[in-house]
This record gives sequence, structure tokens and C-alpha cells, in this order.
Amino acid sequence: MTSPYPIVAIAGILIVALSLAALLIWLERRLLALWQDRYGPNRVGPFGLLQVVADMIKIFAKEDWIPPFADKGVFVIAPAIIMVTVLLSFAVVPFSPGIIVVDLNIALLFFLGMSSLGVYSIVLAGWASDNKYSLLGGLRAAAQMISYEVFMSLSLMGVVLLAGSFSLSAIVEAQKRLWFVVPQFLGFLLFLIAGVAEARRSPFDLPEADSELVAGFHSEYSGMKFGMFFVGEYLGVILISSMITVLFFGGWLGPWLPPVVWFLIKMFAFICFFILLRASLPRLRFDQLMSWGWKVMLPLALLNLIVTGAVVVAWQ
Amino acid sequence: MEAAFYIAGIVAIVSTVLTISRLNAVHALLYLIVSLLAVAVAFYAMGAPLVAALEVIVYAGAIMVLFVFVVMMLNLGKRAAIAEGQWMQGSIWVGPVLLSAVLIAEVVYLILRARLPEIAVGVIDPKQVGLALYGPYLIGVELASMLLLGALVGACHLGRPVHEKTEARYDRNSDGARAHSGGNLIRAGIGRTPDAP
Amino acid sequence: MWSLIKTIWNVFLHSFHKRVTIQYPEEKPYLAPRSRARIILSRDPDGGERCVACYLCAIACPVDCIALQATEDKDERRYPEFFRINFSRCIFCGYCEEACPTYAIQLTPDFEMAEYNRQNLVYEKEDLLIDGPGKYPGYNYWRVSGARIGGKDKGEAENEAPPVDLRSLMP
Repeated sequence: MTSPYPIVAIAGILIVALSLAALLIWLERRLLALWQDRYGPNRVGPFGLLQVVADMIKIFAKEDWIPPFADKGVFVIAPAIIMVTVLLSFAVVPFSPGIIVVDLNIALLFFLGMSSLGVYSIVLAGWASDNKYSLLGGLRAAAQMISYEVFMSLSLMGVVLLAGSFSLSAIVEAQKRLWFVVPQFLGFLLFLIAGVAEARRSPFDLPEADSELVAGFHSEYSGMKFGMFFVGEYLGVILISSMITVLFFGGWLGPWLPPVVWFLIKMFAFICFFILLRASLPRLRFDQLMSWGWKVMLPLALLNLIVTGAVVVAWQ
Repeated sequence: MEAAFYIAGIVAIVSTVLTISRLNAVHALLYLIVSLLAVAVAFYAMGAPLVAALEVIVYAGAIMVLFVFVVMMLNLGKRAAIAEGQWMQGSIWVGPVLLSAVLIAEVVYLILRARLPEIAVGVIDPKQVGLALYGPYLIGVELASMLLLGALVGACHLGRPVHEKTEARYDRNSDGARAHSGGNLIRAGIGRTPDAP
Repeated sequence: MWSLIKTIWNVFLHSFHKRVTIQYPEEKPYLAPRSRARIILSRDPDGGERCVACYLCAIACPVDCIALQATEDKDERRYPEFFRINFSRCIFCGYCEEACPTYAIQLTPDFEMAEYNRQNLVYEKEDLLIDGPGKYPGYNYWRVSGARIGGKDKGEAENEAPPVDLRSLMP
């Protein structure tokens, strides 16, 4: 299943993922504008597409400033962690048969592990900035990510039970007859909510919360380090969307069109849904977030797991 | 794979030593995380991918986040680092270093003397792990789950919300005491202190 | 939960709404005639300067962006020797227009006055003076006021009776 030329696959996926993340900055601004009856960036290039390039040039030209009170080493590695963890997760995503870097037999666990390591980026950035608002953002991120990771992994176990494997390409193959969104609808909803929380997107963007924490963990960041957080967030959105596609919507499966196209269509639908969520929902309060996670989502995930397990056992 | 295992092992050892010797608590925790990740890589190199993934998810991804969380909240500044530096110097080192030197010598001797078995024993996939856990080691799994259930119940008990009625009663009592003392609550308290044990 | 889904749906429906943005440089927005932007100095219908250099606008200005110097011509008619508005300070509050007793200083809806050089935002009298009477056509201060200037004595203004001769007892 693994691609015959791994280097080509790695380079291709890296380039595509990074340019998609850059494109998302433009897409998000245009879509938010659409839903707010505005136009958004439409001046630079056709449809404002070159806005991304302009932003990139600007962000590279900015002064890359490290505050004197910051913990320098940790401050510098924090933005790198988020890029590394998210890009490593892309290694196991099967875009289509043949376009995959490595087909691990524990791919799902690898994804969960990398997403749990991604928290350190936020937490350490908040701590190293040595700034009260950043620290609060870091604390919120730590608490939020731990609580939402628990039921995120549990909500996926139903899929694993049905497919009988942790390997993502095996999971896609198992959906040939029926997409898992039908038997695992509750699991899909739980994973969707947990995914939004893991990508720290509105309405779960408490760690950055511009209106109360002044951008939270990345208040002190500027230049390309800030850019890495920014691109990392969009890469996270792409990653969660592609995971939803792979796990619940049959990955590359679909008639007529080539598999990659199907994958991208499904992925973009979810990315747009993420942006729609941001356009429509207000930010949660922190205690609401935590009590939702532990008192509603976790029991529902456990229930989903138990019922799925019982049905699978009864079927055999 | 064997080279990967040894490199990961060396990284684990070095980062653990750095964990102990760092003065800044957060830096120490970072090295501890690196150490855990190195152990995960070592597991993977030995053909235990499931254990490696769980090591990353559970230890590096969840438990260490809690550690970092708590250390961040403690707000250990420069003073704490200086205090740590004072503890770490002088004759305190001598005893532990001597004893561990003896142990290291023993380990080196044993390694050199005994022929070690080949480390790679083939890949153990998740299915085998599951079969082993719910087959021969079922008792262990059940005991561990009961222990965790006990911990969960205990945590729920400690974290339960204080009943509002209780708070209201305390409030009323203190109000009553204040009214009864006619504003002399403070003086009454001073009078009572020397007698109290 | 239901309200959340309804919110998301309602926001989604906005993709089919008309956009409210005006594409500015190509598409000019409607500006009310009394909207406040670039300041001008107007002239009488007969072409003379309206400004009498009374300094009221300079005093009323909250940001002190108006500077002028009064002088008189040979007809004893007051006019500003120079009149300078620093538009990099001006906040377009319109207090000068309210203070002006002769309708000389007026705010117009033209707002496109951006410059690359800050110095270019200091407007002198020749930049400010326009050729017309602005918002008040037909008004001429010197024709209405009782003040005496060369060519017009007291009592010769519009709707003004000749001054009472104190030394005569005749009514």
C-alpha cells in the first residue's frame, strides 16, 4: 500500500499540505466575509488569491523579536513543535491508494499520540512568554486538550471495532459497502466536536481568545514564529478534516472521479464546515467547556463504545 | 532497527540525566518528555508498536502535560532555581555517586560477561497484545481496572461540589456570632487565644 | 442544542444574501451634502473673500489646526493675510463652520486628500479658497452687516435704516 517512491510522496504531501494551509488563510477570510455579507480580500491577484503571498512576504519581513524576559530556548522551540507534530501526523493519512507516506498498523494511535504532543507547543509557548495572559492561555490549552483528547480517542474506538484494525487504509477499505458515518453517527459527532477542540478552533478557541486574553499563548510572538503558529493551526484543521474523511466518510472511496479528487472534495467540505462553525458560534465559557467534556461527551463516548462492542459481538 | 534502539537508549539516558540536573523545573520536565519519547522509539525499534504508541499518548501526551500544567501554575522563578542550585552542590553528591558507581560497575560486568539474546523478536501487533491481555493476564487487567475505578471514585468524592446549604448555614452562624458579640468579636478572639492549646 | 444548529443554518443561508460592501475606488459611495470633510474658504457672490479674519474659527478649533493673521485693505475691509489649516491635525469636527459669522469657512463632502508627505497636508489660503459661495449662494456678509467699509457707509446695508443723527431733534 505504501507509495513506491516514498521521497516523492513525502515531498508531494508536504508541499500540498503547506500550500493548502496557506490557501486556507485566504479561503477562511473569503468564506467568513461571505457569511457576513462582505467580500473579504479580493484586490491582490485574481479573487485576492495572491493575498496569501503578500501576507507571507510581510510576515517574513517582520522583525522576529524575542522578548528579553522570555525563556529563550523554550520560546524558540514551541512553534516548531506544533509544525513537527502536525506534519508528522500527515505521514499516516492515506490520501488515496498509493499516496501515503507510511502505512503503519497503528496509524490511528500514531495520530492520537502526535495530536497529544501538539499540546506542548501551546503550553510551552504560554509559559515561555512569561506573560500573564499567555500563561492563562497555556493553562487553558493544557486543561482543554487533555479533557477533549480522552473522548476523542474513545469516540474513534467504535470505528476501530467495526474495521478491526488501527491501520487507516484498512479502515477505508472496510467502508467499501457502507461509510462508517451511518453506524457510528454518535461517534462521528463526538469526534467532530473533539476535533474542533483539538484544532483550537472557534467555538473552542479559548487558549487564544482574542477578546479576553489578547491572543493568549501567542501574544508575544512575531514574525515567522507567529506565522508557524498560524500555519500550524490551519494544518491542524486540514488534518482533522482529512481524519474525519478517512474515518467516517470513506476516505478516497467514490464513483467516477479519481480517488484523490474524492478525498479532497470531502476534506474541503469539512474545512468549510469548520469555517462555518467559526462564523456562527460564540466562544464557550471555560467551565462550560470542561463540564461538557467530562459530563456529557465522555459518558456518551463510553456508551457509544459499549453499544458498538455489544453489536459487533452479537453480529459474529 | 538495532542501531535505532541503541541510539534511542542513549538519548533516553542522557535526557534522564539532564532531567535530574536541570535547575529550572520546566526544563527538567522537557527533558523527561524527551526521555519518554526516546523510550517509545526504543519500544518501536524492538517491535512493540502498540506499547510505543501508548507510551506517547499516555505518558508523554497526557501525564506529562499535567506535570507541566502544575509546574507552570507554581510560578517557580529565578529564586527557586538558585535554591535548587544550592541544594545540588557539595558533599550531598558523594554518597549517591559512589553507590551508583558500584551499580554501574556491576551492570557493565554483567553485560560484558553474559551473552545477551537478540533484541528483535519480531513485530507484535495490537491484536496479539489484546489476546495476551484478555487471555493469560486477565486477572492483572481486572485488578488494574479495579484500582483505577477506586481512584476515580476517590477523585469524584474529593471533587464534589460543596453543598450550598452547608455554606449558607456557616454564613448564618458567623452572622449570628457577630451579632451576638455586639461587634466585639475581635476582642473576644484575642482574649481566648492564650488559653487555647 | 437545537438553537446551535439553527444558528449554523441561518449563517449558512447568508451565502445567498446580497453583499453590503461598496467596492470603493470603482464604486463611489453616496455622501450627504452636509457630511464633513475637506475645509474650504468661500467667496461672496461678487467674488470678494468672505473671511473677515475674526479668529473665531481658530479659537473654536479643538485641535488648534487653524492659523491666520488679520489685516485690512485700503477700504478698511478685514481679511486674512494668511490662512493656514493643518489637515494632518484636523479632526473634521465642524466647529469652525459653526463658529464662523460670515459663512466663510465651510466643510465639504470631499474626503480623498491622502498624501505621502505630511508636509503636503498643510493647506495655505490659495489652496483653501474656492471661487464660489459654497453652501450659501446669494449671501454677502458686507451687504448685510452694519459695519462701515470703503464704498458703503453705515445705514446703507440691506434692510438697514440710516443711522439716527444724534445732533438733530427731528424724528
